Amino acid sequence: MTRYIRRASVFCLVLLVALLVNSARVMIFEADSLDDNPANRRNTIARYDQPRGNILVDGKTVTGSRDTGEQLRYERTYKKGPLYAPVTGYASQVYGTSLLENAEDDILSGTDPMLAPLPLFDDLTRSQQPSGEVATTINAAAQKAAYSGLAGRRGAVAALDPATGEILALVSSPSYDPGAIAGTDAATVSAWKKLIRAPSQPMLNRAIRQTYPPGSTFKIVTAAAALDSGVVRDVDEPTETPSPWRLPDTSTLLRNEAHGCEDASLADAIRVSCNTVMAKLGVQVGLKGMVSAATRFGFDDAGVRIPSGVARSNFDTDMDRSQLALSSIGQFNTAATPLQMAMVSAAVANGGVLMAPHLVERTTDAHGNTVAQTGSKAYRQAMTPATAVQLQQMMQDAVEYGTGTNAQIPDVAVGGKTGTAQHGVGNKGAPYAWFISWARAPGAGNAQVAVAVVVEDASADRADISGGGSAAPIARDVMEAALNSADR
Amino acid sequence: MGPAGTGAGVSPPAVPGVRLPRRRGTELVLIVLAVLLSVYGYCAVGLAKNGSVPPGAAGYGAGLGVLALVAHGAIHLRAPYADPLLLPIGVLLNGLGLVLIYRLDLETPDDQAAPIQLVWSTLGVALFIAVVMLVRDHRVLQRYAYLSAVAALLLMILPIFFPAVNGARIWLRIGGFSIQPGEFAKVLLAIFFASYLAANRNALSYTGKKIWRFQLPTMRVFAPILVFWLISVGVLVLERDLGTSLLFFGLFIVMLYVATGRGSWIAIGLLLAAGGAVFVGALEPHVNSRVHDWLHPFASIAAGEGPGQLAQSLFAFAAGGMLGEGLGAGHSILIGFAAKSDFILATAGEELGLVGLTAIFLLYALLVERGYRAGLALRDPFGRLLAIGIASIVALQVFVIAGGVMGLIPLTGMAMPFLAQGGSSVVTNWIIVALLVRISDSARGQLLPDDALEAHR
Repeated sequence: MTRYIRRASVFCLVLLVALLVNSARVMIFEADSLDDNPANRRNTIARYDQPRGNILVDGKTVTGSRDTGEQLRYERTYKKGPLYAPVTGYASQVYGTSLLENAEDDILSGTDPMLAPLPLFDDLTRSQQPSGEVATTINAAAQKAAYSGLAGRRGAVAALDPATGEILALVSSPSYDPGAIAGTDAATVSAWKKLIRAPSQPMLNRAIRQTYPPGSTFKIVTAAAALDSGVVRDVDEPTETPSPWRLPDTSTLLRNEAHGCEDASLADAIRVSCNTVMAKLGVQVGLKGMVSAATRFGFDDAGVRIPSGVARSNFDTDMDRSQLALSSIGQFNTAATPLQMAMVSAAVANGGVLMAPHLVERTTDAHGNTVAQTGSKAYRQAMTPATAVQLQQMMQDAVEYGTGTNAQIPDVAVGGKTGTAQHGVGNKGAPYAWFISWARAPGAGNAQVAVAVVVEDASADRADISGGGSAAPIARDVMEAALNSADR
Repeated sequence: MGPAGTGAGVSPPAVPGVRLPRRRGTELVLIVLAVLLSVYGYCAVGLAKNGSVPPGAAGYGAGLGVLALVAHGAIHLRAPYADPLLLPIGVLLNGLGLVLIYRLDLETPDDQAAPIQLVWSTLGVALFIAVVMLVRDHRVLQRYAYLSAVAALLLMILPIFFPAVNGARIWLRIGGFSIQPGEFAKVLLAIFFASYLAANRNALSYTGKKIWRFQLPTMRVFAPILVFWLISVGVLVLERDLGTSLLFFGLFIVMLYVATGRGSWIAIGLLLAAGGAVFVGALEPHVNSRVHDWLHPFASIAAGEGPGQLAQSLFAFAAGGMLGEGLGAGHSILIGFAAKSDFILATAGEELGLVGLTAIFLLYALLVERGYRAGLALRDPFGRLLAIGIASIVALQVFVIAGGVMGLIPLTGMAMPFLAQGGSSVVTNWIIVALLVRISDSARGQLLPDDALEAHR
């Protein structure tokens, strides 16, 4: 019997070896693919197992975390959610992340290897670090001014510090509360459905993701091109432009809304916003020169990141002369995000150097140690310094004596440019009201703030809509808020 | 030898001769280590989940310690030569099982299983002591072979009259308690098989017709065993408890082979198994779906229904990796309702890793090996067969359930010995360890070969 007992014990040994080999198969060799199976909730659970890092505005958090005690433990909360939604985006347990919540997710969720004291070792042990924080460049006062200025009307505001490229305000209206879609319950699902079905598109970030025909605000780009290319040598010299002006190679007459555009100088054309003069200058600069100038301001660049991606602003590169004429006054296929037009204004205010726009000042670990800092860096030389100085004066004149008087701030140097963009089939849609501007505090060498405002209020009477009437007061409030808080 | 080995009340052996050392001190040291390891695990769970040592740690350690020491005392009194590894392995596995169940209880506030499991463990140790104290010689059990068989069949038939739970009709629900009688039946059947085979092994081996190379037994000898086996397996198929059915089948084959030494039994067994598998697999949707799950563990994911239990179990093992997430740091509760019972090994795998899982398998392997060793050392065929039988129960059960939850073989509902939630199971396993203690005491306490041979014949 002994022999058979021994053989039976060998059978038991075979069973043991089979178990051990199979364990190694599952736990070592197939572990990676099992871990990454989308149906495996462990990655998701680990992600929400600790409070998400906060997003800071002016050093104060605009986000929070709520311990739900559920499997996906910590849920994102937002303070003044609708106000900061275009900055933060959302972090939803069901619907993922957007904007800063998306771009800085590794820091906020604690998975960024830079958060670990020993990155390689921690990668090996698969341990999770406490979440880091993201400090934004947003100026709370400017943000609030922009948001309350729009007062729920459809539109957007982008404000920059021209000298650094820091984004001071980024508002899209109407907005939404990202906290409503943060969790996993039925209310979250119905809130999400309501938001994505709303005709007003509250989750669309109009400031960076929506392009509009920039209308007359684009004339700043055309003016810079005309001056840099030498087409205009003296801004006060008459330009020999008839009013109305016949578009080249067509029988179409281009008219002006303003008076006194016949033979107007460049300075006057900017001040009162003459279509004929600027369209003709665009044609004189030529397609190559206009494309080159627009590109220097950031048009046709699909790679702008703040760090969220910014929609590409368009200036066509293949047009006949009549199309070029219309494009030079911000019509035809010309399209720009509000951030793009704030960049145009900022480049003028900063002496021609366009700084790279950015929304994140720095990221830190849980103890406040800096993980990464976004330094100011030049994006492009948009125009020569001399051209910038001339444009600054022209924009100041437009605010002082021209179409932009609603943007005046006592004792402050303000430069601006209005715009009223036609759109829709046969230009029947309510026009978009634009205003771009910058402001320089008394005694300061450089402008502290550059703003672009667009209001697309479809319900307003068409006659009432103009950049000067609807958009300029909002820009003024934002500039005032930025200057006042800069003083502190 | 430790100080405990020289306690009063143990009379020196009457027959002069050489015996194996008693090693009761070794056992005591190992028990203390097992209890400390379990308490350490209990504390680790609390620290990982709440950042503090759980309030019950001292009570848990004291309870487990007292149980283990009383059991140790019983061995000291009545089985002084018993293998010193058996009780510590039981204590460690049971302690670890309590830790794992307590750990899973933290995820299910409405369903606290650990306190009930502790009550059952206490009852199990009490029965362990009863067996060690009352069964003075394992050969006594031979007298109760047919009583065991009848009791085993009754225990297996009883659940048919009770409602099915989760598709299997294997439970007796009386008041708040539920008992799985099939668990006890397997020990009783092992006793019957051992007794019957010990008495008839020569007749089974050498009589009957020979077909080609296979020597068939006479029907007179073979019929009773076949009848018992068919009834037990038939009942289990009716009750849809295929894990236990598979276990009985394997146990039957192993014991028959050891008793007769005839490979033809294995051939017949495999034929029967194949036939049964095809028959059951074709007719029984419960089994059919189990086989399908085994071959396609992620099919439900592809179908958009989310991961099934087996997929969740594999995820848990994978998450454990080499070193594990640490006790309390895993998410094996995702497996769902059977996480504390059939799938408890997934928690061990996820939180203790491949290293911890291997250690657990080696503990079982050691338990089995010690049973086999006792079987080899014994002289009486009944004792040998009983030792091999109950050790094989442990081996087969571990293989069937561990292989099932890790995708090696189709999943059949079974309890991981000592680890899984389940009162009948933990009580049965303590009885198994008690029987091994009793048998090993005889094996190690007998005179060494030359004289021992004379003493027994």
